[in-house]
Amino acid sequence: MIDFALRVPAEVATYFTWGWVSVSVPNLIVIVTMIALFVLALLLPFPRDRHDSRNDS
Amino acid sequence: MNAETAGSHETAPATTWIGRTREYLERKLPYEKLLPETQPSYVASWIYVFGVLTLGALAMIVLSGALLSLKGPAWYHVSSTGLFANSLHYWSVQLFFMFMVIHMAGKFWMAAWRGKRAKTWITGVVAFVVSIGAGLTGYVLQTNFDSQWIAFEAKDGLNASGIGAWFNVANVGQDMLIHVFLLPAVIAVIVAIHVLLVRVHGVVPPIDAAKIAEVPILQQTPQAEEAR
Amino acid sequence: MSTRTRQKTLEREPWTGPTRRYDILKEGAIATLVVMLLTVVLAAAFSSPDDPALTLQGWAKNSPDNLYNTTVSELAGTSESATYGPPYNNGGDGQALGPVMLQKWVGVHVPVDPANDFVIKPLGTQEQPFAVAAAMREWKAADATQQAKWATDYDTAINDPKGANGDASKVPDGDYGPVPRLAKGLVAMATSGALDGVLPAPGHFYSTDNTKQILFLGDGSYLDDAGTRNHLQGNLWGMMNETGNFPGQQWLAPFSFWYQLPVFNSEEETGVAATLTSNGDIYIMAIISVLVLIVLLLPFIPGLRSIPNVIPIHKLVWRDYYKKSKAP
Repeated sequence: MIDFALRVPAEVATYFTWGWVSVSVPNLIVIVTMIALFVLALLLPFPRDRHDSRNDS
Repeated sequence: MNAETAGSHETAPATTWIGRTREYLERKLPYEKLLPETQPSYVASWIYVFGVLTLGALAMIVLSGALLSLKGPAWYHVSSTGLFANSLHYWSVQLFFMFMVIHMAGKFWMAAWRGKRAKTWITGVVAFVVSIGAGLTGYVLQTNFDSQWIAFEAKDGLNASGIGAWFNVANVGQDMLIHVFLLPAVIAVIVAIHVLLVRVHGVVPPIDAAKIAEVPILQQTPQAEEAR
Repeated sequence: MSTRTRQKTLEREPWTGPTRRYDILKEGAIATLVVMLLTVVLAAAFSSPDDPALTLQGWAKNSPDNLYNTTVSELAGTSESATYGPPYNNGGDGQALGPVMLQKWVGVHVPVDPANDFVIKPLGTQEQPFAVAAAMREWKAADATQQAKWATDYDTAINDPKGANGDASKVPDGDYGPVPRLAKGLVAMATSGALDGVLPAPGHFYSTDNTKQILFLGDGSYLDDAGTRNHLQGNLWGMMNETGNFPGQQWLAPFSFWYQLPVFNSEEETGVAATLTSNGDIYIMAIISVLVLIVLLLPFIPGLRSIPNVIPIHKLVWRDYYKKSKAP
């Protein structure tokens, strides 16, 4: 059991700052993962279907 | 049963509410369309799984939220099981928005609103916006520093637009009821309509579908098949 | 039939072309299972953020001077809460988008009277030390004009840049009535912890509404400093951020973006930038509303809806179909 009184504020995240853009590392990881998943979804081959009706010619 | 109705396939159109509803549904969404065993051949890309992944994340949000609701909003501050339940809720929300954004992006680049599917796109955007509202009410419900900060900041935009008179982000009681009951109910309805619309219209054909086939796909007669 | 007409017909009609087996219930079950597992793994590995809530007691112990000065500003009606306007009070008009003053027109629906709600009523719920009790009697015996004069004079004196400059101990002698003793009494009450319980609904048993605490806390520097420490300020992309080393609300990036613009963070006192800055929230809400409308109505917006045609990412999505469907 965690004692309510013993909870301490967590360490603040590290931030990357380029000019006026400032992103936390965790947020950056999520954003990069999102983009990566999108790209992979487009590029990775999708399993062919044995039951494709076009195979019946 | 009389001679007129026995074995007859020609019945008069329904006049009751329930009969008309049944006829409408049979027309728009017969079971074969609602629960098909096939999809068009072009539905063959990993981008298509992000809609159902979003749904899965939503299911996890509801399940983990149900767990949290059993013990109330302050439970997770004093219990490690509670903190784990909170973590399930927190990470399923992260996944939910991640999958939803990828799903939206995919649908945009496929111009999925084509062929009278504008309502599908619109219900999707509405679901996204309402989800953000549901997220906000959740964030101000945390009963910790983050919820204090977010309530203090969010009130300004809401007050400036007049909405704050009815939605008070610092009123934890109101936030809780809206977050746990009202918005999930609204989201459930919107998502149900959204998914049913996809079933009604089918998955949108490729942008260049008509361009690439030598034989028009509309002609699926045996003669056309042999000619190919 | 032209290609364009054929395409339109294809899109509208039920598909009669080639199909493949697809069990969407199975896919849904697998997807849900995958997401469940992913969630459990992430939750077990990383847990979730939970920075403890700030308290008025914490404020009193960490920044008693700031709490004292804020209390005086509440009695003087110069605090952010007192001058906020609707939906809390009529101490100000609120924000305006040109001639459109939604905040003002909607009116007061969440009544908050800072002087009474944050100071006088809470003090009145307890047996106070002799000096504070006497101050309360003196305050209540005076009329509104006298009360305002005492409080305003003291507030001005504390904040005089050429005088005390925020340090109440340096305020020159003057007729401030019971105000200094009331403020001292409230700081003591907060230090004891009693104020946290009483402020939301003085004299009541139940309370599920934290409006008064949030507003009072936000009037001082204690909450604001914590926000700065945690990188949560609006003009530092704070809307997207989370306490601790955790991802926040990345989906709010398009919303948070506008708060970074210099024109909404201007130090100017007059001019367009000044107007935009002091009414930043309503202007940005308006911008976001327009953007959401554009996305919502995208299917009907020529040009925008043709972007997928011009940048053919779809060729990747349907490359198998395009390849297989080409006549030999």
